[in-house]
Amino acid sequence: MADNSKTRVVVGMSGGVDSSVVAYLLKKQGYDVVGVFMKNWDDTDENGYCTATEDYKDVAKVAAKIGIPYYSVNFEKEYWDRVFTYFLDEYKKGRTPNPDVICNNEIKFKAFLDYAISLGADYVATGHYAQVERDENGHQHLLRATDGNKDQTYFLSQLSADQLDRVMFPLGGMIKPDVRKVAEEAGLSVYDKKDSVGICFIGEKNFREFLGNYLPAKSGKMMTLDGEVMGEHAGLMYYTIGQRRGLGIGGGSKNNEPWFVIGKDLSKNILYVGQGFENEHLYASSLDASDMHFVNKLGAERGHDFRCTAKFRYRAQDVPVTVHFSDDFSKVTVDFDDPARAITPGQALVLYDGEECIGGGIIDAAYSTEKKLLQYI
Amino acid sequence: MRRVYLDNAATTPTAAEVVDVISDQLTNNWGNASSLHGFGRQARAKLDEARHVIAQSINAEDEEIIFTSGGTESNNTAITEVALRNKSKGNKIITTKIEHPSVLKSMNRLEKMGFEVVYLDVDQNGLISLDQFKQELDDQTILVSIMMGNNEVGSHMPIQEIGEILKDHQAVFHTDAVQAYGLLDIDVKRDKIDLLSTSAHKLNGPKMMGFLYKNSTVNFDSFIVGGEQEDKRRAGTENVANIAGFAKAASLLSEDKKQELQTRYAGFKQQIIQTLNDNEIDFEINGSLDSNNLQHVFNIWLKGVSTYVMQTNLDLAGIAISGGSACTAGSLEPSHVLTAMYGADSPRIGESIRISFGKHTTSEDIDYLCDQIVLIEDRLKKMAKM
Repeated sequence: MADNSKTRVVVGMSGGVDSSVVAYLLKKQGYDVVGVFMKNWDDTDENGYCTATEDYKDVAKVAAKIGIPYYSVNFEKEYWDRVFTYFLDEYKKGRTPNPDVICNNEIKFKAFLDYAISLGADYVATGHYAQVERDENGHQHLLRATDGNKDQTYFLSQLSADQLDRVMFPLGGMIKPDVRKVAEEAGLSVYDKKDSVGICFIGEKNFREFLGNYLPAKSGKMMTLDGEVMGEHAGLMYYTIGQRRGLGIGGGSKNNEPWFVIGKDLSKNILYVGQGFENEHLYASSLDASDMHFVNKLGAERGHDFRCTAKFRYRAQDVPVTVHFSDDFSKVTVDFDDPARAITPGQALVLYDGEECIGGGIIDAAYSTEKKLLQYI
Repeated sequence: MRRVYLDNAATTPTAAEVVDVISDQLTNNWGNASSLHGFGRQARAKLDEARHVIAQSINAEDEEIIFTSGGTESNNTAITEVALRNKSKGNKIITTKIEHPSVLKSMNRLEKMGFEVVYLDVDQNGLISLDQFKQELDDQTILVSIMMGNNEVGSHMPIQEIGEILKDHQAVFHTDAVQAYGLLDIDVKRDKIDLLSTSAHKLNGPKMMGFLYKNSTVNFDSFIVGGEQEDKRRAGTENVANIAGFAKAASLLSEDKKQELQTRYAGFKQQIIQTLNDNEIDFEINGSLDSNNLQHVFNIWLKGVSTYVMQTNLDLAGIAISGGSACTAGSLEPSHVLTAMYGADSPRIGESIRISFGKHTTSEDIDYLCDQIVLIEDRLKKMAKM
């Protein structure tokens, strides 16, 4: 076995089962493992309860069990400036942002990576489900995880080869049930800890209430595209394209089909709704995205126009598309082979070539089959 | 890996002699000192003996020593109970901005009860101004609580002068001497101190152990209520073993020994300054090098290097120093002491470390510390160029 003891790996430990197993596996492989907990958000309530405090206690227990030193680092300011501000700005524009994509790029694999290097780290390891492969020419490739159900390349699509060069994803080749089994067999107390859900800083809190603390909500009309007023909305930022719940309107005409959000008009403060899961206005056949980024240099060598597959939201299958990049590769138009439902501005567009995640960007607009801009924002 | 302990202001290694005494007492003298039988009398005798040693160490009378669970309880008791007892005489309390949290939070609690608390400013040496103190002192003032020596920067407050000013004043004078006891020559009669808090584990004694000195003219109710131990001033069965261990720890520190330690620690500071200068490390001292200060505490601002980075790197190299106190989830609380000295916007607050020496610290330990600081700074400089 290679002597790993001279290779220092800083593990981003969240107190969850995934990153705990990462630390355990690397320690077992003989690496010089250092656990670091990142505190990016303070949710201390009036009773002094803070999620981070509880999670940090789990980090302490696991690290003591494994026999590694552990520390905490505070990136609240960086997170606020680089992630949360972006998150609010996107909502102000009526879009539905994906802060985890930005968090990975700005915090976990930037501020945290820099911090790890300042501790003498050769690598940073996290509990992400994804794989990094170095080819014979030294290029870094980001590949989907073996556990397709947990694959997180969608959130990692903005990473660069330089970042990947310093990264280990030891869980990329594992499936989640096995990860829990390893944790249990290793006697890690978090083996049955619940997975975190939703956006990290909101957790299980009421989303509307949370957002309302930071942005003024302006209620307005909820109407059909034909101009029929169906009720009132509580503020455009609270709704996302394709959303069914929370509209407060029941079936009615058209076979009693449920109602969905099909668009927003920010300037007029109108929320458009339509009936039926398969409402035609929810379907787009192309989109525009910006802030495009390739994981490695090979991306641009594909040319400006090529075939690949694309994901428009995290828990969706990727679908076959044709991409048309702008001259400088910063923007793209994506034509779908088949219409796709509920394309949402603000979410990430991520491109794949087979198992490889090529890169991605942020969705700006979606178009109908007739190339008409959908009334999304 | 070499391990070097330079966080003696947080706690100190238990002295071997102290361990022996405690072990012996736990094994052979475990009676309840309040019991009216032979086992009790044997424990009582040891308790009395220890009380005398401790009283002598600050020139107090035996009955003026109340054993407590440590500095925090001593501070809580002194401040809270004196304020409540003297409510009829006035409403004002004077303290400083750089006290230990066990003082500051006791003050916060009294404020909620309606007392007026004045927090004196400190200068960049970590010292209060006697002029400001005199201005604030009025006939409503019932309590003055000013620490003897600061735990983060080692500044030594003008305790004798304050004692002199308060000599004919109604205000009770309390001082938190947790860091100073064991290093400074303390004489409660000479310094006109009414109440004084200490902790055993700062001077190679056991944890959860300390005492509150209470001048016989001062009266108040027990903070912890129950039995009639400690002249009804601190309920709970006395921990005779730890008390005997505490007395042992105190007896190991003669006036000469204290002076010798102060001189040795001052030398360590010079050694660090010299080595860091030789290696062109950009740093400044927080506080001053005044020879009156507590020499075991050395707080430096390593310019451009975050406290997290330096403290963690040093720990990975086996060196224990302090970067401040932890708040939620292991994050560092910005130092209220450095904030009071330099302002909340000073870069010193996020870029300083506290090195604190103890009896066992050697010049080689200091060399190793300096070597590692230089190595870490080099690595960070290389990173910055990347």
